[in-house]
Parts: sequence; C-alpha cells; structure tokens
Amino acid sequence: MAKQRAAVVGVGQTHHRAKREDVSIAGLCREAMDRALADANMTLDEVDAIVVGKAPDLFEGVMMPELYLAEALGAVGKPLLRVHTAGSVGGSTAIVASSLVQAGVHRKVLTVAFEKQSESNAMWALSVPVPFVMPVHAGAGGYFAPHVRSYIRRAGAPNHIGAIVAAKDRNNALKNPYAHLHNEGTTVESVLASQMLWDPIHYDETCPSSDGACAMVIADEDIAKAAKSPAWIHGTVMRSEPTTAAERDQVNPQASREAAAALWKQVGITRPFDEIDMAEIYVPFAWFEPMWLESLGFAEEGSGWKLTEAGETAMTGRLPVNCSGGVLSSNPIGASGMLRFAEAALQVRGMAGEHQVDGVRRALGHAYGGGSQFFSMWVVGDQPPN
Amino acid sequence: MSRTLQAPVTVAFDYTRSVGPVLERFLAGLRDATFVGGRTSDGRVVVPPPEFDPLTHEPTVDFEFLPSTGTVASWTWVSEPVAGQPLDHPFAFALVTLDGADTPLLHAVDVASPDQMSTGMRVAARWSDERVGAITDVVFVPEGTALPEPRRELGQEPIGRLITPVKLDYVYAASAEESAFYRGLAEGRLLGQRCPACGKVYVPPRSACPVDGVPTSEEVEVSDTGTVTTFCIVNVPFLGQRITPPYVSAYVLLDGADIALMHLILDVPAEEVRMGMRVKAVWKPRDEWGTTIENISHFAPTGEPDADYETYKHHL
Amino acid sequence: MRDVAIVGFAQRQLKDYDGSPTCAELLVPILADCYEQTGWTRRDIGFWCSGSSDYLAGRSFSFVSAIDAIGVLPPVNESHVEMDAAWALYEAWLKIQTGEVDTALVFGFGKSSAGVLRRTLALQLDPYTMTPLWPDTVSLAALQARAGIDAGVWDEKAMAEVVDRSMTDAESNANAIRKGGSSVADLLAKPMFADPLRKHDCAPVTDGAAAIVLAADDKARDVRDRPAWITGLSHNIDSIYLGMRDLTVSPSASRAMEAAGGADGVEIAELHAPFSHQELVLQEALGLSSDTRISPSGGALSGNPMFAGGAIRIGEAAQRIWDGSADKVLGHATSGPALQQNLVCVMEAK
Repeated sequence: MAKQRAAVVGVGQTHHRAKREDVSIAGLCREAMDRALADANMTLDEVDAIVVGKAPDLFEGVMMPELYLAEALGAVGKPLLRVHTAGSVGGSTAIVASSLVQAGVHRKVLTVAFEKQSESNAMWALSVPVPFVMPVHAGAGGYFAPHVRSYIRRAGAPNHIGAIVAAKDRNNALKNPYAHLHNEGTTVESVLASQMLWDPIHYDETCPSSDGACAMVIADEDIAKAAKSPAWIHGTVMRSEPTTAAERDQVNPQASREAAAALWKQVGITRPFDEIDMAEIYVPFAWFEPMWLESLGFAEEGSGWKLTEAGETAMTGRLPVNCSGGVLSSNPIGASGMLRFAEAALQVRGMAGEHQVDGVRRALGHAYGGGSQFFSMWVVGDQPPN
Repeated sequence: MSRTLQAPVTVAFDYTRSVGPVLERFLAGLRDATFVGGRTSDGRVVVPPPEFDPLTHEPTVDFEFLPSTGTVASWTWVSEPVAGQPLDHPFAFALVTLDGADTPLLHAVDVASPDQMSTGMRVAARWSDERVGAITDVVFVPEGTALPEPRRELGQEPIGRLITPVKLDYVYAASAEESAFYRGLAEGRLLGQRCPACGKVYVPPRSACPVDGVPTSEEVEVSDTGTVTTFCIVNVPFLGQRITPPYVSAYVLLDGADIALMHLILDVPAEEVRMGMRVKAVWKPRDEWGTTIENISHFAPTGEPDADYETYKHHL
Repeated sequence: MRDVAIVGFAQRQLKDYDGSPTCAELLVPILADCYEQTGWTRRDIGFWCSGSSDYLAGRSFSFVSAIDAIGVLPPVNESHVEMDAAWALYEAWLKIQTGEVDTALVFGFGKSSAGVLRRTLALQLDPYTMTPLWPDTVSLAALQARAGIDAGVWDEKAMAEVVDRSMTDAESNANAIRKGGSSVADLLAKPMFADPLRKHDCAPVTDGAAAIVLAADDKARDVRDRPAWITGLSHNIDSIYLGMRDLTVSPSASRAMEAAGGADGVEIAELHAPFSHQELVLQEALGLSSDTRISPSGGALSGNPMFAGGAIRIGEAAQRIWDGSADKVLGHATSGPALQQNLVCVMEAK
C-alpha cells in the first residue's frame, strides 16, 4: 500500500527567548498552535488529532505534560500522542503526524513541539549525576567537543570553519523575527575571539537555551490542494543506533548516513547537492554543519568544510543552510527539530519572509538527538510527489 | 542481599514558573486570601479558572471572586501522607465546590479522622498567615471552626514567578554487568566483558552488546594503560559540576578494550594533551577506594611515544 | 487499511527488580521470547517503538540505553513515546499502515520501585494548581471511587467482587505478582487504605516489561495459525481536571471504543483498571455486554508494571485469539489520573 499524499498547510512558532516570562507552558504551546491554525485557515475544533513532542520531562518538572495540557491544547475528545526521541524529537513528532495522514487515519493533524527550559536549568537536567559514574561530561558541549576534534583531525579542516558557520547562522537570524538570538555584528573574528568553552568549541559556536514552541498543520491531498501554498511531504525517514558501540563512528554515524541514503532513495534524488535547493540542518554546535553536510551526502567525506568555507551554505550560495538562523540562534530543545522541518516547509511555500531564498522547490528538514544516534529527516516540495 | 550495586539519587529542583495572565489572577487572589474563578463560555464558574475555555478555546477573560466556603463533592482519606503533601498527619483530599462555583476544586481538608468527613459537608478555607500566591496558601477545615481573619495587603506586585520545588528520591541500581565492573574497581581491577557474538570487549560493560542485543558475560581484565583517542578541554563552569575547570575530558581506549571510556587527563598542561597520547591510570590511595570509577583519580601521560593514528582512528 | 495482526507477546513482572532503571537486561530475554514465538531475528523487524518515562527512572533520556537490548547496529527504524507501550503499539501500527514496513516490535518497561510511585505520579498533573499539593495517584482514584458510591453507580461490594474474581483468575497466571481468591466478606473486612479504597482495590506497585510483535498480511500468517487481527485501534483523552468531568463515566474510553468499531461480539475484554472501581466504569463506558469475560488474566490488580501495563492487557487478549478460546477480544490501556486517557484495541480471528 502506498502512502497517501500529505502536505503542511500551516506553520506557527513562538518568539523564542531565553525566558518567556509572559506565558505559562500552555500559553507557549498555544502561541505557536494558534499561528499555525490561522495560517491553515482552520480552527482547533476542526483538527482530527494532536501529536505533541518534547524532550526530557525534567526540563519543566512535569511528567507527561500533554496530560495536563489536554484541555488547553483543545485535545479533549481527540486522540493525543506524545513522542520523545531526545533531540530529534521535533522531527520525529512531525513524522508521526505525517504518518497519520499518509496512512489515511486522519485528514487534519496538528502537531506541536515545545520546551520551556527556563523553568529549570538545561545543563542540570541533562547532567543529573549517576552513582558510580565519573561526572566528566560537561553538558552537551562537553559530550560533542571531543568528536568535533576528531572531525577536524580526520578532515584536515582549518580551525576557522566553525566560526564561519556561527557568523553565517547568527547573521541569518537577524532576518528571522522569531529567532532567540539577534546578535548584530557577529564575524568570524569575533567568534574566534570568544571564550573557548570546551576546546575546540568556542562560546559563540554554541546554541542558546531557549523557551519556545513550533506547530504545524498537516493535511491530506484534498485539503492541501485547496490551501494556500502547501508544502508537500515527499519523504520521511528515521534511524537510530546505540550510544556506545565498539568502533562506532561518532563523527559520521552510520544511522545518519543510512537515513540520508534511504531518504534520497525514497524521493528519487541521486545528487543531493544539486537537487535540494536549501536545507535546515540541526547544527547545535557550529562544526556540525560540515560534519552533517558530509554525512547527508551533500559533500564527499572530508570535504564538507570546503563547502562552508567557499560560502556555498550562505543564503547566496548554491546550498543555503539554516537561513532561519538554525539551532545556533534558537534552541528550545523539544521544538528545535520541528523548527527545522517547519522552516524547510516555509521555504518551499515561499513564506519565509526576509530569510526566504528565491526559487526553493525542494528543501530538507533534519534533526538529530542523543549521542548523535537518533536521526529524523524529511524532504518537502512545492509540488505533490510523483 | 541484591546482586547489583545500589545508591540513592535525589532529583531535585526549585522550578521557577511563569504563569501567564489567567493563572496570575488566580494566584494573586490566593495571596489575597480570595478564590478567583473563571467564567466559561457556557456560563459556568470554574475554579481554578481554565487558561483556555474548554469549548471556544479562547483565553479566559471573565473572572469572579468567590467566597471561601463551600461543600465537599467527594473525599478520600490519606492514611499515610507522603512528603510534600499539605499536612504531615493523616488528612482528607477532597473535591470542594466553592459557593458560587459550578465545578469543584481539588484540595485538602484538615480533620482528625475520616469519621469527620462526608460528602455534602460544609467546609471553609483556613488561610496561611504568610501567603505567596500558591495553591498551598490554604487548606480547608469544617465550616464553623474558629478562624482568624486573614491579613490582606493592598497594592501588591504581580505574582510574576511561581516557585514549585520538586524533589524525588530514587534508589539507583546499576545493572549486573556494571556492578561487576564497579566491584572490580574496588579491587583495583578494570573488568570488561566480551560479547559472545561479535567478540568485542566493552569497558564499562553494557547491559547487552549494543550491536547484537545479547548479554555479555565473559569477563576480560583490561590494562589501566591506554591511548587518548579524542578529548576536549572543559573551561565552562556549570550547575552540578564537581571538577574545577579547566580540565581535560578525554576518551581513553584502554589496552585490551574495544570501546573508549571517558575520564580526566591531569599531570600535564591541557594544551599539551594530544590525540594518540599514551596514558596510565593514577589511582587514589587504596583506603579511599569504593565501587566507583572515581578510584582512578585521573589518567596521566606515560611518556611513551604517541600511538600511531592508524591504531585508533576507527575509534573516533 | 492494511490487515495487521499481533503475532508475538512476552512479559516479565516482578515485585522488585534489582537491575538498572533502563531495564535493558530485563528486555533481552523478553525479546528472545518474541523471536522464539515468531521464528524471527531482529533483522526481520521493520520498525521498533518503545514506551517508558524518564521520571519513573529518575533520569533524562532513560529510554536510550534500552535499545542496547535490541542490538542496533546496523541502525534501525525506531521511535519512542513517553507513554504506555500501548501507544507505542499505536505508532507501530500506524507505521505499518503507511506501507513503509511490514513488521514491528514494540516494548514498554518501568522500574516503579526505583522511586516512590505515589509521589512520582503527582508530577503527572497540572504543575501550578495540583502538583504543589502532591496528590498521590491512589487518592485521586479514591475520589473517583467515592463519587461512584455516592451516586449509587457502584458500591463496595461490587468493587470487592471485581477484586475477588481477579485474584481467583490470577491464580492461573504465572506472571501475576498478586493472586489468591478469598471471598467478598473477607475482602470487606480488611481495613481501609485510602477510604473508600482498600489496599487490594489498588494495583500492586510492579516492576516489569513487555513486548508485542505486529505483522501485516502474509507475514502474520507465516508465523501464526490464528493471528490476532487488529480490526479496531483508537485512543482518546479527557480533561485532567477532576472537577471538569463526571468521574463515574469515561467519555474518552467510550469515544475510543466507538472509533474502534464498538464492543458487539467481544467475548473477552482485558481492561487496564489499576483500581477495582475503574473496571466498573470501563465496563459501562465500553458498552461491554454482561456475557463478556473481563480480564481473565487477573487484570492490573494482579500486576501493573508502569508503561507496560496497558500493552500487557493487549497481549493477554491477543493470546486468547491464538489459543482459540475466543474469536473477538479487546485490550484496553489507560494513562493519567482517574482514567483520563484511554486506548482500545479490538482483535479478531479471521
């Protein structure tokens, strides 16, 4: 049985900030949801099902918050699911929502992903000490920094590549009114001059901690055809691998390579660099841009940094990456993956405002999580898939 | 006696929550020794006010001040209170329909025994002297109990943030395989386990070989000397950190093991640490040992030539 | 819709599991049971999905290590819900319906004994107006029990009958951790615990895990003579606020049952009722006839591992199709306080 066609017909997100002190958790979700529903010209009552995604409950100190949120989200009387696949959750959640339409179970699904991490402290929630184990990890940055060092060594990359990515993404964010960080004047030099946090990762090469939410309305073909500029879902893939395994490649994980290969095959793409017009890739630490460019098949192994250095991933380049400012500019962890998927959808719909790239026909949304072990990605296009 | 190592873990944080406009009204009311209800689109008065109307899904904008008296709609007896509950002696949880409200509120009633509770009984709020604007500012008692008039201050600041401490105590158990590893450490030994399917030696051992999904059980002692595969220099202080920065956090591939374990590199300036550097464990004094990897204080350079990149590059 | 059936099921229930809260060691033999039942290896499984909770384990990302039990290199198509594995089953069924895969294995696990369950579940509430009172899950269920008694919908005797029948049935269930029939009089003579609930009215705190194998079309017929074909699968939710609903009924359970095709002809219904009175609510809400045999396994009162308990009800019901004792069954799962969220899975022999 083939998947039925489905499309994104509404996108909404919050103004992401370090602390959204003006809203409760419910208020944060509704801000994104209400924007997505308005965009889709739909009411909450019309929605058939709601799929919620978020990262560890310890961030907000609420266990299974979709239960408390059911009434506020308009989910009473409907099916409600809550996905949690670590950092990739925003993406997986969008994929589950798409599946409901692609399988013909529902016609209109609202999906929302959020994090209100200012209510606690993200580093604490990620690093609650485990008995008997050495607390050597220093948060997520401390986990990934050694693997960034491995990439630099393996690829022979010059030291300033991370700074190019950081400056690019932060400047792109200036064109995104929803982004958390609106740091004027970020340059390669200013990034390199910022404090080295977990050598080789500089302060300005790291993502912020944000409160925020993202929502989408995904609908079936009939509804999409009558809607304003749908973003048609061409393909979706999820892959996982273990955290620790003998000779596991943490720089270019097998799950990432296989997910991308499966995705390109699903959508009939053989030359991703040429056939994808822009990409929203999950880059929480700047060096992940060249790493993922290679893993996703946009560049040969060891050459991802050359694309970045040549400016090909800038908005004016041949493969713009993270025109929204990416995870480096806004990082409500549970929502970050969905923001990537949603921003890709906005680009093919021509609705990305000031950070729109001209002529985007097909775009990639990508998310990863855990110890670079969970991957979810999709391709959306301005035309229905064949 | 259990076969696994166990230790207590407390997960605690004083969550600091912003509440939004509707809850602000309700909580400010509580600070003022008043219950504030919300009027829903179908004309009901609901306490606490719903942030969003159950039918129209619009934000609640219509509020009502309610008296501090009401009727018990249902109740139960908490014979063994747990930490954090409103009273530390047995009490009743109840659904209380305040006079003027259409739906009941979940709260506590302070009476000496379940004989004093009944559906339909009348109760009144006993407000705390010191109120912060939280649901814990009040408990209920039978109506007619002598109660002091609560002090009310005029012109107070908005509630802003609500602090809700969450503290949960757990007993953490290591798996049987991990327990063997930690017990080995208590004897100064590094014990890995080999997977019967792929033959790889895991240090520390996992509950199952992550590649094959089968239990590892063959014990393999590995050396306390190894190679730094990759590392980072931690400069950043953070909540919960226990080692003072700057320090080198490294993956050390012990001789005989097939995965690297994370540890500290000391006794060498951080900027001189290199991928491929040969290091050896520096153990704490024996009388400080326990069932923990912390028996090894850190790893230090052995002075041997660096390991060839080819020997460890597939571990990156 | 594709024809999808349950073709494998395994479970472990313990009073006190002394292994790690990630339960990977517990899952390894359970997955082995599933492979034995189907003749498959992990490479025959197209999609994996698990259900568990970080707060039960006391750490973030507690579900991650569990995938070691699968063996996930080469990488797998895998997802996770922070819900009972019954909802992981829903996601897996959905994946098969998209046509992307033909087989799936779902699993759920929970080490409730790692913390104090009555306190942990107080976090499953409104964080502003409910959790600060730390209302424990037993008290919330007890408020519902009394509401029914006050309204004359059930009484203590009816609750005790549920317990007695369940405990008697549990004597034939090797997996049950609490079993042994007595009599209604004996049960009513026991002291109150959370008036009007007695200890035996409440499911025991249980550690455990379970796994279920799903397969489509011929893949199901390859491994089972009588696959338990899923002919209805739906879930729904009510408000968490006890004051906003009539606690003596379960609208979300009724809606889920209706969307799953109704209860006509259901011979056996395994109900996830962690409190005795909740079986009475569900019987009514699902529209079960008086002929329907309810929870012949002994139900949740005989053992209720968190995040696997609902899946176990579905698995137990599926077994009744496999062993020929029924042609149409249902498995039910619940989540949240006082039956807030409900899932119904109807299975038939064909």
